[in-house]
Amino acid sequence: MSVTADHSYADLPALMAELTGDEKHALASASTVDVLWVLYDRILRVDPSSIDDPDRDRFLLSKGHGPVAYYAVLAAKGFLDPELLANWGEVDSPLGYHPDRVLLPAAEIGSGSLGHGLPIGVGVALGLRAQGRTRPRTVVLIGDGELDEGSNAEAIAAAARLRLDRLTVVVVDNSSSSLGWPGGIAQRFAVEGWAVTTVNGRDHEELAVALGRTAPDRPSVVVAVTEPKELSA
Amino acid sequence: MTTAIALQDTTMRDTFVLTVDRLLDEDPRLAVVLADISYAALKPAQQRHPHRVINLGIREQLLISVTSGLALAGLRPVAHTFPSFLVERAFEQIKLDLGHQDVGAVLVSAGGSYDMTRAGRTHQAPGDVALIDTLPGWTVYVPGSPAEAELFLRRAIARDDRVYVRLSEQANAQSYVDYGRPDDIRIIRRGRRGVVLAIGPMLDRVLAATAGIDVTVAYAATVRPLDGRGLRQAVLAADRADVVLVEPYLTGTSTYLIDAALEDLPHRVRSLGVSREAELRMYGDLADHDAAHGLDEHSIAASVGAFLRYA
Repeated sequence: MSVTADHSYADLPALMAELTGDEKHALASASTVDVLWVLYDRILRVDPSSIDDPDRDRFLLSKGHGPVAYYAVLAAKGFLDPELLANWGEVDSPLGYHPDRVLLPAAEIGSGSLGHGLPIGVGVALGLRAQGRTRPRTVVLIGDGELDEGSNAEAIAAAARLRLDRLTVVVVDNSSSSLGWPGGIAQRFAVEGWAVTTVNGRDHEELAVALGRTAPDRPSVVVAVTEPKELSA
Repeated sequence: MTTAIALQDTTMRDTFVLTVDRLLDEDPRLAVVLADISYAALKPAQQRHPHRVINLGIREQLLISVTSGLALAGLRPVAHTFPSFLVERAFEQIKLDLGHQDVGAVLVSAGGSYDMTRAGRTHQAPGDVALIDTLPGWTVYVPGSPAEAELFLRRAIARDDRVYVRLSEQANAQSYVDYGRPDDIRIIRRGRRGVVLAIGPMLDRVLAATAGIDVTVAYAATVRPLDGRGLRQAVLAADRADVVLVEPYLTGTSTYLIDAALEDLPHRVRSLGVSREAELRMYGDLADHDAAHGLDEHSIAASVGAFLRYA
């Protein structure tokens, strides 16, 4: 496989197996893979030649643990040499168990500690607006467990008050929050005035429609529900 | 330096407001991020620059993370609040969202170690510089007067990297920094028995405390990086390699750098600063806190005298 090859969704299990050694369960084990694929395949206006373009869309992976699907999608879309996948975590690899934007320029942020991506995304959206760049979108992926971090509460409230209409959050909900979110995650955003959509996190059409929409004067959230995370023994 | 705007009787915090208010008009890269503190004073600037003066309410984690995002988007962000809320409350955001993301930003605190004596421990942060110093790649300015504050704020904003500017109500009566070489240690007075290095607002009281002692008094407002070469030259010009460091924050914050600058010389160092021993559960005035930490003129004189007598 070469960097420039145009891969399809069907190629992801093989790419993910480069990292995990397990092709059979690759797609099912990654709750984020379908969201990531739809974003890079159909939504985000960014390609390997435009990662420094100030008017590119920004994608911030906040849930930086388990980046297998992220690296696989970046490889499939030519942002990353697939040859690098097999050696991830090695001393000379730019790919760690959490991504580092300095080592991997296609990553907008380094992540790993939870609750940082959305607050940074609020700043990115504010910074683009301050420069009159009204076209690029800022899309942040977080997990439902990650939503436990209080830093997200600061960001959710402020993003709505500041009317960040080019900011979209995707919450991948695989029921991994230990204390849960009674009444649903969407409620937490709706009460602050976000435009809210809840979709099947495995359904590419539903994801594409929801992620393709923005609302005037308010940020958007897409809650992408997947099967509950398997509890480890 | 361009037109000075720090007037007599203005505080460093006033100077911060006046300086960024003016620079917002001049520098389209500049954005100022607030968490309510100083927002009222910057509302006129926000009227002129609604998207570059951003008040987030009382949200200090977001203050730092938004600063990171603004830098990622190509702006030169300045974040400002009291030091306890700026540096301590969201320290991991400073470490990761600024440092690990490798973006530039200017953090400007106002409140010193214990400017707000009557507010108590919640509003005091003598560990701010020591905490920032656990992270690589930061420049730290500790101006000693409002005019120096303006100089260093302008320098900080003109750079692209990470800068912490520590402002305080405590100030010297005049500016001492060499405007041509503001990062250098400056010799204020020469003597033979050793060197007293005063940091930022500590200089006036050090000069008074050492008036009758034959020591060199040196001054630094740029503390990271610290001008080790300048310190070494001052030490070599004295009869003995004895150094008293007087810092306005946690005792010994910069002692390791003095040791490094003098590593090939047998030398002695005494460090004066805010006590590490116990939390000071006391209100009162600045003079009460200075005395409690041994940072008043009388205590400094006694400390320097006792240290030199050991030799």
